[in-house]
Amino acid sequence: MNEINAFLYLEDGNEFTAKSFGHTPDSPVLSEIVFNTSMQGYQEVITDPSYCDQTIVMTYPLIGNYGINQDDSEAITPHLKALIVREYCDHPSNFRARQSLADFLTNNNIVGIHQIDTRKLTRLIREKGTMKSILSFKQLSESEKAELFKQDLPTNQIPKVTTSAISHFPSNGGKRVVLVDFGYKKNILESLLKRGCDVIVVPYNTSFEKIKEFSPQGILLSNGPGDPKSILEVLPTIQKLQQEYLLFAICMGHQIFALANGADTEKMKFGHRGGNHPVKDLILDRTYITSQNHGYCVKDSSIANTELEVTQINLNDKTIEGLKHKNYQAYSVQYHPEASPGPNDTNYLFDVFVDRMNEVHHA
Amino acid sequence: MPKKQNLNKVLVIGSGPIVIGQAAEFDYSGTQALAALREDGIETILINSNPATIMTDKEMADKVYLEPLSAEFVKKIIIKEKPDAVLPTLGGQTGLNLALELAREGFFKREKVELLGVNLETIEKAEDREQFKQLMLKMGQPVPESTTINTLKEAMEFKEKIGLPLIIRPAFTLGGTGGGIATTEQEFETIVNSGLSNSPITQCLIEKSIAGYKEIEYEIIRDAKDNCIVVCNMENLDPVGVHTGDSIVVAPAQTMSDRDHQMLRDASLAIIRALKIDGGCNVQLALDPHSYQYYVIEVNPRVSRSSALASKATGYPIARVATKIAIGYAMDEIINPITQNTYACFEPTLDYCVLKIPRWPFDKFHAADRTLGTQMKATGEVMGIGRTFEDALLKSVRGLEIKRYHLICENSDNLSNEELLARISKPTDERIFELSELIRRGVNIHDIHQITKIDLWFLTKIQNIIELETQISPSNWDKDFILTLKQNGFADRYLAEKYQMTEMEFRKKRMELGVIPAFKIVDTCAAEFESHTPYYYSSYEDENEVRSDGKESVLVLGSGPIRIGQGVEFDYATVHAIKAIKELGKKAIVINNNPETVSTDFNISDALYFDAVTFEDVMNVIDNEKPIGVICQFGGQTAINLIDQLSNAGINILGTSADSTDLAENRNRFEKALKELEIAQPLGTNVSSVEEAISKSAELGFPLMLRPSYVIGGQAMEIVYDNEELKEYMKFAMNVWPGQPVLMDRYMIGVEVEVDAICDGETVFIPGIMEHIERSGVHSGDSFAVYPPQTLSDEIKKDLIESTVKIAQSFQIKGLINIQFIIKNKKAYVLEVNPRSSRTVPFLSKVTGVPMAKVATKATLGHSLLEQGYKTGIQEEQKIISIKAPVFSFSKLKDVDTALGPEMKSTGEAMGRDLSFQKALSKAFKSAGINFPHFGTILVTIADKHKEETLPMLKRFHECGFKFLATHGTAKLLSENNLPVDEVAKIGMAQRDLLDDIKEGNVQLIINTITKGKNVTSDGYKIRRAAVENGVICMTSLDTSWALLEAIEINASGTIAL
Ligand SMILES: Nc1ncnc2c1ncn2[C@@H]1O[C@H](COP(=O)(O)OP(=O)(O)O)[C@@H](O)[C@H]1O
Ligand SMILES: Nc1ncnc2c1ncn2[C@@H]1O[C@H](COP(=O)(O)OP(=O)(O)O)[C@@H](O)[C@H]1O
Ligand SMILES: [Mg+2]
Ligand SMILES: [Mg+2]
Repeated sequence: MNEINAFLYLEDGNEFTAKSFGHTPDSPVLSEIVFNTSMQGYQEVITDPSYCDQTIVMTYPLIGNYGINQDDSEAITPHLKALIVREYCDHPSNFRARQSLADFLTNNNIVGIHQIDTRKLTRLIREKGTMKSILSFKQLSESEKAELFKQDLPTNQIPKVTTSAISHFPSNGGKRVVLVDFGYKKNILESLLKRGCDVIVVPYNTSFEKIKEFSPQGILLSNGPGDPKSILEVLPTIQKLQQEYLLFAICMGHQIFALANGADTEKMKFGHRGGNHPVKDLILDRTYITSQNHGYCVKDSSIANTELEVTQINLNDKTIEGLKHKNYQAYSVQYHPEASPGPNDTNYLFDVFVDRMNEVHHA
Repeated sequence: MPKKQNLNKVLVIGSGPIVIGQAAEFDYSGTQALAALREDGIETILINSNPATIMTDKEMADKVYLEPLSAEFVKKIIIKEKPDAVLPTLGGQTGLNLALELAREGFFKREKVELLGVNLETIEKAEDREQFKQLMLKMGQPVPESTTINTLKEAMEFKEKIGLPLIIRPAFTLGGTGGGIATTEQEFETIVNSGLSNSPITQCLIEKSIAGYKEIEYEIIRDAKDNCIVVCNMENLDPVGVHTGDSIVVAPAQTMSDRDHQMLRDASLAIIRALKIDGGCNVQLALDPHSYQYYVIEVNPRVSRSSALASKATGYPIARVATKIAIGYAMDEIINPITQNTYACFEPTLDYCVLKIPRWPFDKFHAADRTLGTQMKATGEVMGIGRTFEDALLKSVRGLEIKRYHLICENSDNLSNEELLARISKPTDERIFELSELIRRGVNIHDIHQITKIDLWFLTKIQNIIELETQISPSNWDKDFILTLKQNGFADRYLAEKYQMTEMEFRKKRMELGVIPAFKIVDTCAAEFESHTPYYYSSYEDENEVRSDGKESVLVLGSGPIRIGQGVEFDYATVHAIKAIKELGKKAIVINNNPETVSTDFNISDALYFDAVTFEDVMNVIDNEKPIGVICQFGGQTAINLIDQLSNAGINILGTSADSTDLAENRNRFEKALKELEIAQPLGTNVSSVEEAISKSAELGFPLMLRPSYVIGGQAMEIVYDNEELKEYMKFAMNVWPGQPVLMDRYMIGVEVEVDAICDGETVFIPGIMEHIERSGVHSGDSFAVYPPQTLSDEIKKDLIESTVKIAQSFQIKGLINIQFIIKNKKAYVLEVNPRSSRTVPFLSKVTGVPMAKVATKATLGHSLLEQGYKTGIQEEQKIISIKAPVFSFSKLKDVDTALGPEMKSTGEAMGRDLSFQKALSKAFKSAGINFPHFGTILVTIADKHKEETLPMLKRFHECGFKFLATHGTAKLLSENNLPVDEVAKIGMAQRDLLDDIKEGNVQLIINTITKGKNVTSDGYKIRRAAVENGVICMTSLDTSWALLEAIEINASGTIAL
């Protein structure tokens, strides 16, 4: 393992030194730094397109234990900037391991650093909110740092991660779903395929008319990275879709669905990223453990004058976790029912979706 | 969902005396449960026969019944108290089995008492191996191929079909009692027999062996709304085949991908939902390391040892939440007490690694079979928390107190690689050290993996440690290197040796380099939320999270893992010390590494440091907290052993000083001191070689009592009768404790008494005296003892009090003191003085009403006894007679001789209280789980020297309705004395011998006093083991036999002819 020194600078002035175990670019990397509390599932996390342009701190200290395998990636290419862990494991042990995490990061040009007090780092992010960070493999002067921190963080990630072409995953006689890709995780697609759906994945900015051509029975708005307000141009399409089709939206999809109906979104202090978030379903009076990854959320106060209804809330901070439209067959969740990584407690939402397509069809 | 209606009074069933497989974890869970109930305004009634627990303190419940845990007494209490409901899920297997028994009878229904947490159907489905299997099959959850059998014949049939190896798992037992894996025909038969006799319903599951799979546990909770969460998953380093209680366990699981984890999580949740458990539950699974194939091993529908571990590992209070659920709350209504701003309905996430190592009693039982299998043998455990696996492992190793500070394999110099490789093919307590040595010698970890099936991930981690070892050289003081060593858990003490200096010197240099630990918080949420809970562990990281509040603080040292001789009693005293410090308005800090106990509940102290109780770790806490001083007298020998070092390091010892402690523990000084006080003690001396021993023995005369200095629990103590035995003992002791002298005393036979006192340097207050039932020679921890004394004259009592006062004052005791005496010919001799809290403190505190540890703590903090209302002298004796009974775990420990002697063997204690001595005795036996017969056959095998003494006892047994079985000599004597006796052949002397009678159940009681000592081929030993294996009561002391006779007499209605 290469043991090159790495330097981490935070916007608030805190600095850390660490060791590298991944890609070591010549120029410093500026990115938004966030933390994830999942104890397992680092492969799914780093391949989740929603982390586009971000640096992830894993709070669990021992990462890399079971290597990287062929099945668990959520997208073909990872889009994150860097991974920070307390201790990287160079000797993976699992029957499916094909590659070490270090090799995977290096091959994909992703920075990886370890030997750092990740708990301190997490506390800083919790207290001060997600912030800019610089990762560098040589020490930077004060002016170099200042110069970098002056730069804006990259925005508009969705166009970077969305599919460029329409692709069809046919099934024999199954319900047709158009999956609008804001940066979908593979397991959303698989959750639909597993249930016999015929899925057409379309770029995020596909027009209503184009979608209509596919005569779908259901629309699924996927997860995706960044700020939902970066793609306001899609709102009219969503407004039309919900009137005509059964619509289910996940994560980014949920936020766009809210915006399309006149609600507002806001940036959270440090977001929700992990596999242990309790979500209370207000209708069923049940609490589920969910997988989450979002830095923005729908503003609670913005719901009042809309046709939306809050169906689920986060048990801890009471933020909105689920919405439904009062007049249309359209609903959404902020968390990830497709899990990967995380608990399968809310997988049943895909069953509900498929069942409803059947009902709508019969009606 | 608010609290259930009409729930005003709840009976909690405790788990009773501590035995292997059911230990202090149930004091922890029970204590939490009682507190959780009371918070909701529920009146609490507790039944538990174990006086050594915090939960049985008067103030813990509205009413505490220290009565036998039997159906009879539970029923009586229910009828008397009329509770609305019974909560049985926090009392281990004992509580659950009792609830099952009463539920089956329909007793709860009749009395209109609700069963909380579980129902009859759930218990049966989860605990009955056959019903459980059927449920799994119905759910599509995989279980290994198996069959349920009730006879040996059925077992044989299954074996013919499937073939060996097979595993035998008895139903309704705890800690796998009686079961095991059979690889040969003979093993198979033996284990099936023992399994059947140990199962209360004579049922075993015979199952295909899946040894070698990963063993994974899930701790889960469900509420009545069907919300379910996983508190923690844990991976056993030792693969399937070694009981989880005997395995090294890591949390969270390390070698599973998220997909593996979710698969097992889904299975666990499906199971708890199918069983409809309202509360905590433990699911054990086996996962094939090479595929997704998994099997369900078992489910425990209650809180367990693993849930205590999971609670401490995550900070999530399972017992508390389970109790709230049992009384009707949903998890999304219960606040997470650690963060205080999130709910109990979430899954804890860790940002550290936790490791548990069991503590086995093999240091005491040299003859025991050390092989680990499906039956648990450990008495306790330690836990280490680290930011690296290596740190957690090495912290645990040094916290075990087995005189090892590193992964060092003792006495391995003469072993070849082949020999070591052969050894690790069988799991034992030494395996982790043996395989470390093999790695050190360059043996490939893949070879070790092949043999042990231990996952390569773990072996690689151990290899990391060994690799770091090789880089150590006395000149390598590179700061980063030293930091790396410390981050990987290397102990100062080990490093000091490597750097050729004292531990103190090493510590100083390390600190000069700036390599100083930081303390991190255990917060259930990996710092995602702010937490105010002062639950800390050390790590060599950047940020220290401990913020001083400027309050004056006191550090209490805990007692480490539970072992024979140092049990839950010491945790009891520790907790009381903490409470007393808090009462005085000071900050109470505790350091301890035992995950089972109440003292490591973060709610108890103002700051909990979960670290090993070693000099290094204690000093780190002191540096961090700067307490006004350290209290060492409640943490047993663990803490006492640190006094010297701490005192030398300039630390203020609160209470009895290092010098006074030494005065009591240093043989020469002690002898001199007693002589000056004109207090008698048995003649004795100390010797350091075989020759010296022989020559001194001539002066003292046989029999002699021998022991090494500075040990607890009568460890390695023996009575020798001649030169041969003396020589053998000396060789053994010089080998095990090189450089330590052996103490040699004249063995005095007399009445043994114990006096516990509290002293503030001037006033000496004695709460009470306890008299042993067995004459001296049986360790005080193993003897029945009664308060108040029954046979002592006022004169002797006066003598004892005077001596105690004199000793306490002249030794300058500040705090607790325990003195053991032998009374012979109306004269009291001092056996030993323990300048610390002793095993008897909880018992005596309860029966005398004096909160001894609290009073002592306050005395050490400057509040004189007079100020607290106590004067010199003894407190007036209570009317109620209280008897302490020892409890053993022999059925778990193959090959251990059950004969009682000066070396302690019991794992726990129980209590019997009543107005008459005999009734109290009878209850004490029942509490200890000795279900004595009221009539039947007694096998009498007694040494010649005891024969005359035994006759009157046997006559009275006969009056009660007993006849006898004996071998030729004894049979002749009995029939000459008109006692009905059947003669039976000695072992091996005929086709049928007395062992057959034991096996066939023809004998209800055995009185056995022959051939004690180390000889495992002796007849006496074989009889005693046969008794254990077949569940027959066996008395090895005539005094206990007398006591049992009295208990039987009070219960028996004799027959009187006209
Ligand atoms: N089919 C099996 N093959 C091999 N080992 C087994 C099998 N079933 C259980 N074991 C081992 O035996 C241990 C004890 O079994 P378990 O059913 O958990 O009993 P207990 O009730 O004593 O905990 C387990 O921890 C596991 O290591
Ligand atoms: N000189 C002696 N004569 C007779 N019995 C003794 C003598 N010394 C010790 N014993 C017996 O051995 C037991 C253990 O000895 P003790 O000194 O109390 O050791 P420990 O430190 O383990 O408590 C005592 O309870 C007593 O029954
Ligand atoms: Mg088990
Ligand atoms: Mg003693």
